[in-house]
Amino acid sequence: MSDLSWPPAGCALVTGGSRGIGAAIAKRLAADGWPVGVNYRSGRAGAEQVAAEIKAAGGRAFAVGADVTDPASPGIIFEALEQQFGVPVLALVNNAGISADNLSPSLTDAEWDAVIDTNLTAAFRFTRQALKAMMRARTGRIVNIASVVGLRANPGQSNYGAAKAGLIQFTRTAAVEVARRGVTINAVAPGWIETDMTADVNTDLLEAVPARRAGTAAEVAACVGFLVSQQASYVTGAVLSVDGGLGA
Amino acid sequence: MSVTKEQVQERVVEALASFGPDADTITSSATFEELDIDSLDLVELAQIVEDEYGVVLKGEDMKELNTVGDVVELISTRAA
Repeated sequence: MSDLSWPPAGCALVTGGSRGIGAAIAKRLAADGWPVGVNYRSGRAGAEQVAAEIKAAGGRAFAVGADVTDPASPGIIFEALEQQFGVPVLALVNNAGISADNLSPSLTDAEWDAVIDTNLTAAFRFTRQALKAMMRARTGRIVNIASVVGLRANPGQSNYGAAKAGLIQFTRTAAVEVARRGVTINAVAPGWIETDMTADVNTDLLEAVPARRAGTAAEVAACVGFLVSQQASYVTGAVLSVDGGLGA
Repeated sequence: MSVTKEQVQERVVEALASFGPDADTITSSATFEELDIDSLDLVELAQIVEDEYGVVLKGEDMKELNTVGDVVELISTRAA
């Protein structure tokens, strides 16, 4: 679908874009016409591969390394992208996430802190940074990648579930704060998606999924693509589940 | 580069007008309440001021400000 006024004069940033869901989102947004910053922490080769694939398909992409838990990283990344593309970030996808599973009685402080820092605090800091330009541009799209685990309990993931539930309520609250500036903030809550993160999960659990299969990263990316599109301009503060009916 | 109070006044009026009120109602004595300028608008104004004049207005600064004249005065003093 082509629209001369969309994407606006901005670029997109996908945190944790070197593989899995983040890589699929980066490719999707590039295909929709956005210049895309593909952030990575340790997966440099993966991020550069994603950027190369986007360029080979005629898009614009730039792999940008930074640990999202570093409080300085939003400023550094946004400046790098503005230099690279000559436009501000007007689409942000907070996708970077980690898990460190353990039952609550055994969960360590380090496991708790690492998951909260990456999945929740970093998303807040990147959102705060992005809103500066988005509010002044009177347009912008932020999509936070949450999880079905932020909506329903999953034993062994109290840290991950708390971070994702927090991310969902942060999404809703920030969304209503800035709605009249034309900026939308939404969350996508994937269920069981085939990625490296779920490679070790017991596949017997798939029986709990009404669709009886795992989802794909591309299926999540399609939903993010919609929320970032102009067509989703009246959708804000929403949580879109992409889970084969698991959370229904 | 120094900036005059008149330049600050002009920029503040332009910014506030972009939030809704008619430019001719934005006088020095007008309060933000009268102009229907709310906290989100003031956050954006602070961002503009920081970007353009390098003056950082914190939350506690903004709480002290009631009128357009107050904010122009504060920015002019700090930018000088």
